[in-house]
Amino acid sequence: MLRWAGHSLIFLLAAPILLGTLIASLPAFGYFPPLGSSDFSLEAWRELFEVPGLTRSVLISLISGVLTPLISLALVFLYLASATGSKLDLWIRRLVSPLLSFPHAAAAFGLAFLIAPSGLLSRIISPELTGWERPPDILIVNDTWGLTLLFGLIVKEVPFLLLMSLAALPQLQPRHRIEVARTLGYRPTIAWLKVIAPSLYPLVRLPVIVVIVFASATVDVALILGPTLPPTLSVRVLSWFNDPDLNLRFLAAAGSLLQLGVSLIAVAIWLALEKFVGLLWRFWLAAGNLNTGEGLAFAIGRSAMPLVLVVIAGSILALLANAFAGPWRYPSALPSSWTIQHWANSLSDLSTPLFNTVLISVSSTLLALLLVVATLESERQSSKSKSTALWLLYLPLLIPQIVFLFGIIVLTEFVGWQANLSLVIFGHLLFVLPYVFLSLSEAYRQLDPRWTQVASTLGASQLKSFWRIRIPLLLAPCLTAVAIGMAISISLFLPTQLLGAGRITTITSEAVALTSGASRNLISVWAVVQLSLPILGFMMALLIPKFVWRNRSGMIDTR
Amino acid sequence: MSNSDLELKDVSISLGGKQLLEINCSVGPGEILTVMGPSGSGKSSLLVYIAGFLAPVFESSGSVLVNGADVCSLAAERRHIGLLFQDPLLFPHLSVAGNLRFALQSNAKQKNQAISEGLNDIGLAGFDDRDPSTLSGGQASRVALLRLLLSAPNAVLLDEPFSKLDTQLREETRTLVFDKLRASGLPTILVTHDQADAEQAGGEIRTLL
Repeated sequence: MLRWAGHSLIFLLAAPILLGTLIASLPAFGYFPPLGSSDFSLEAWRELFEVPGLTRSVLISLISGVLTPLISLALVFLYLASATGSKLDLWIRRLVSPLLSFPHAAAAFGLAFLIAPSGLLSRIISPELTGWERPPDILIVNDTWGLTLLFGLIVKEVPFLLLMSLAALPQLQPRHRIEVARTLGYRPTIAWLKVIAPSLYPLVRLPVIVVIVFASATVDVALILGPTLPPTLSVRVLSWFNDPDLNLRFLAAAGSLLQLGVSLIAVAIWLALEKFVGLLWRFWLAAGNLNTGEGLAFAIGRSAMPLVLVVIAGSILALLANAFAGPWRYPSALPSSWTIQHWANSLSDLSTPLFNTVLISVSSTLLALLLVVATLESERQSSKSKSTALWLLYLPLLIPQIVFLFGIIVLTEFVGWQANLSLVIFGHLLFVLPYVFLSLSEAYRQLDPRWTQVASTLGASQLKSFWRIRIPLLLAPCLTAVAIGMAISISLFLPTQLLGAGRITTITSEAVALTSGASRNLISVWAVVQLSLPILGFMMALLIPKFVWRNRSGMIDTR
Repeated sequence: MSNSDLELKDVSISLGGKQLLEINCSVGPGEILTVMGPSGSGKSSLLVYIAGFLAPVFESSGSVLVNGADVCSLAAERRHIGLLFQDPLLFPHLSVAGNLRFALQSNAKQKNQAISEGLNDIGLAGFDDRDPSTLSGGQASRVALLRLLLSAPNAVLLDEPFSKLDTQLREETRTLVFDKLRASGLPTILVTHDQADAEQAGGEIRTLL
């Protein structure tokens, strides 16, 4: 049975996504029997290209798709070049995983409430520094060219790329290489950029492409921070999809295919950029021992990461302040009083989405854990080398969500299924699986094989050594994987929204829905709940092993 | 007393078409056969092969007979061949007693009594509830030996089990291990670099090239 686990994992991931992408294209060409249309036509495309402001929407999606990874990766590399081995570095390494669990929507709301004209930042510096007695009339959040969207995406993707880089770095033996370069007369920052960066980049390339696709097609962050007149392509596709006029489905289908194209173009631009930068690097390397620019690189690298942390901390503060704020007149830095009224008002609305969030995240994560452990266990027992199909795990992250989710819906409509909870859980599973696998596989593969061998020589069957030896030894990594999986599920917006047909609500889907119209205080309450849930998960993942192994000091060294 | 014997018949292990070793031998009850040889001579592969963990990249032929029965087609856990590694490898998440209980057959009677008698026997009476990571190197080795004996093997393999102990402790532990194995009447194969190990084992010595 285990033998099939690996295959079924890949099938489960790849089939719905590839099929979904394929099927999403049927209505785009006029074929959609559930709406009584079974003739192929280009009508939807004609309509799409007549949509006002389409070029602008596409451009903004492209800009955030290319600039987000470019700036984020530059900051991460400069940071690693300037700070590796420093005290700052130790500190930041400890913070990076929890930062990653900060849900996109909550982060976007926090940023909005921090930097808006009447946001926390403007209140802190006013009127002393600015002379503003009322909020300035400038468009910061939802600005027309999506700069705030870009900023929000960078703040969110820097921790992700940093974590991916930190995971890949040890195999390059960076310390050794830097020492060699330094004995040749290179300053440490330049040494890092010259001898580590070129070998590190190929190892983080796939995560970078994940960032490109995400940034060019995000829906929830763009809804909150992105421009409104016109919004990004992905947001427009969703609004066509949600329109009561079902004829807009054809337009939505064509739009989602265009989104796929836009994301692919962003990736293509990136690949061209990659070639160009590679060429520059080669010239720079060949130029020999120059330490020019060391000061600048050092300054940017050392200040960028603390700045990102300050922005994230400021966003959380802005959410907390708004969630408990009584009357708060501009430009006071703090509300004149605090209240729990907003919480009391939201309590009854929170309960159902909270229950759904927990139910969906727990079931999708446990399913993912089951599949991932079965796959890794079958890999171990057949003592095969790593599966080459590994990149397929990234598939749900490499194709814009809106494209294949749309296709899955079309498929369910063909078959006549109603949107329901199990469909939403399945949708979450697609996104939770890759992260659970990435998080658990390293620990599972690195478990000393002698533990199982000892158990076997003592007469323990595979089943017995699995339950009594491997699972307990891997308890902590399993719990971390569960916490990560749940954090991913909690932060998902689109799968809930689309596969639940808007009828199944979670904390995230409700919070995003509040974007238009609700008060800052109310939104903040939801965002605070949203960001607390993953933190709870990570705390449990940290505390449970500490408690279970309180009398087993050896359990700290085995990892 | 187990009074079983272990026989290797025309055992040959190769990697990528190149033969690593070839051996024929027979070890009687309570005897210790020592296998010596430089690193890379395949002595560890030999133990791994007998225990049943040889990686599929290796090609092997021949047979391993325990009491006359070929165990080569059996999974490691059904061969009843005990193995002591260089490290004691006490399961870190189980107590000392938990480690010992893990080795007992599920139908064994009076498990607690067997465990406390065993601990008493190796000079560690009352250590039942101890965290294995709080034991000294010598204590951990003794628990590992007891754990092996409690699993009631028919033969034992020793993979340089004393190499990580300091000289004084090595002497003591070696004496204890050899005495216990002889007293249990178990056929044993010892792989080592250390001439003193081989001498004290007192059995036949084979050197691999």
